[in-house]
Amino acid sequence: MHEFVEAFHFIARDGAVPGTPGLPSLARLTLETLKVSAIGVAISLVIAVPLGVWLGHLHRGSFLAINVGNVGRALPSLVVLAIGDAFLGLGLTVVEVALVILAVPPIVTNAYLGVDGVDRDLVDAARGMGMSAWETISRVELPLAAPLLFTGIRTAALFVVSTTTIAALAGFSGSLGDVIANETSYHFSGVLGAAICVAALALLVDGALLLVQRRLTPRGLRLEERARARGPLAEGAPA
Amino acid sequence: MALAPLIAAGPVIAAATEPVIPNYAAQSSSCEIHNDLFCGSWVSHNWGPVLWPALRDHILLALVAVGIGFVIAMALALAAHRFGWVERPTTAVTTILYTIPSLALFELLAAPVGLNVYSAEIALVSYTLLILFRNILAGLRSVPTEVLDAADGMGMSRGQALVRVELPLALPSIVAGLRIAIVTIIALTTVVYVIYNHGLGVPIHTALGEGPFKTELIAAGGLAIVLALFADGLLVAIQRLLTPWARARTG
Repeated sequence: MHEFVEAFHFIARDGAVPGTPGLPSLARLTLETLKVSAIGVAISLVIAVPLGVWLGHLHRGSFLAINVGNVGRALPSLVVLAIGDAFLGLGLTVVEVALVILAVPPIVTNAYLGVDGVDRDLVDAARGMGMSAWETISRVELPLAAPLLFTGIRTAALFVVSTTTIAALAGFSGSLGDVIANETSYHFSGVLGAAICVAALALLVDGALLLVQRRLTPRGLRLEERARARGPLAEGAPA
Repeated sequence: MALAPLIAAGPVIAAATEPVIPNYAAQSSSCEIHNDLFCGSWVSHNWGPVLWPALRDHILLALVAVGIGFVIAMALALAAHRFGWVERPTTAVTTILYTIPSLALFELLAAPVGLNVYSAEIALVSYTLLILFRNILAGLRSVPTEVLDAADGMGMSRGQALVRVELPLALPSIVAGLRIAIVTIIALTTVVYVIYNHGLGVPIHTALGEGPFKTELIAAGGLAIVLALFADGLLVAIQRLLTPWARARTG
């Protein structure tokens, strides 16, 4: 456990390593990681949410929407980054492209499944009330699809934070991964300290998104979810 | 650190006293020297010494992880199915494990466990748990109450009903979880090399070297992707074999 104590000292020193001057501060690297990740997630949202929601609204392209997720999962971050590095050189742009490639599939798949799975009767009722297609999407389908949509977004955000750190292994500089990939300068205590920061960052991002999800999930669905969570207990004991 | 001298540095390799890195041994065709898109000759020369061992280790690492993860997740899911209160804490812990980025988790485990296969496997297993637990539990819960009542009426004990009714009916959901888990783990295993120098991450790391060697990247990366898709397809085939009734219904 000695290593963990050293790692926390490293964090407390904000990333300074005695005897090695000129290293970037840990706070700055954390912010950089967050920035690179946020850009990746933002671009992916702009591409994937409309696509998934639109396909789900039309109830079409299930093969595409579901399989893009399956194939996306099979792409290892390191491979995508390494190939980007080999052909284009690993600058911020190429890293962002890699992040988007990895983050779009889970969002598309879950947005599709969420909207596609909305009770058809409800959609018909919305139409009957005179709602336009856009109103049906924004006021009925999107709110009801929110839990699944956010599952996709949270998965994507995890992929992105994880991949941003892995980008350091492929030679990209500007994330907490720099510390993990550079044990020579930082020693193991630094690597461990950065790993702790990465883990904390990922958990915070996920927690923040979970809060947003709770906010955006309609109250009726939340109640239903709670009832379902309790349900199996009652069912569990056969007469 | 990356000790991969690129082909361009060929003469240096010959002069160096350190052991020759097998990837770049002796023969280097013009294709390799110019770092063309894909050199078939390099792949055929290096299949035996480099790619096959990496692929074999990759498969073993992933299979062991999913196997152990499946056993643990099954135990947890059965417990949660029987005792509802197990679900919440299990979901909480496995979600946290799932959320920690792989590179960080490997290093966090390397401190107490060491740079070895154990820390690699513990990390990989921890990523399978959430996926498998949720899918197994969802499968078990999807079994209609009437079916269970029928089993009860036929005089089946709880254990018999579980083995002969609930688990078979939960199979599609269980296999769906296994598919996600194996594909995810095969992708993640490429990063294992940072703590345990095995798997397809090794040739990828070597190829990243100074100026990336494209053939090795495409070959090793391609193998990882093909392996994942192959495993996925294999599980679909196994599911079809194991659930003949699903086919009978649709066909």
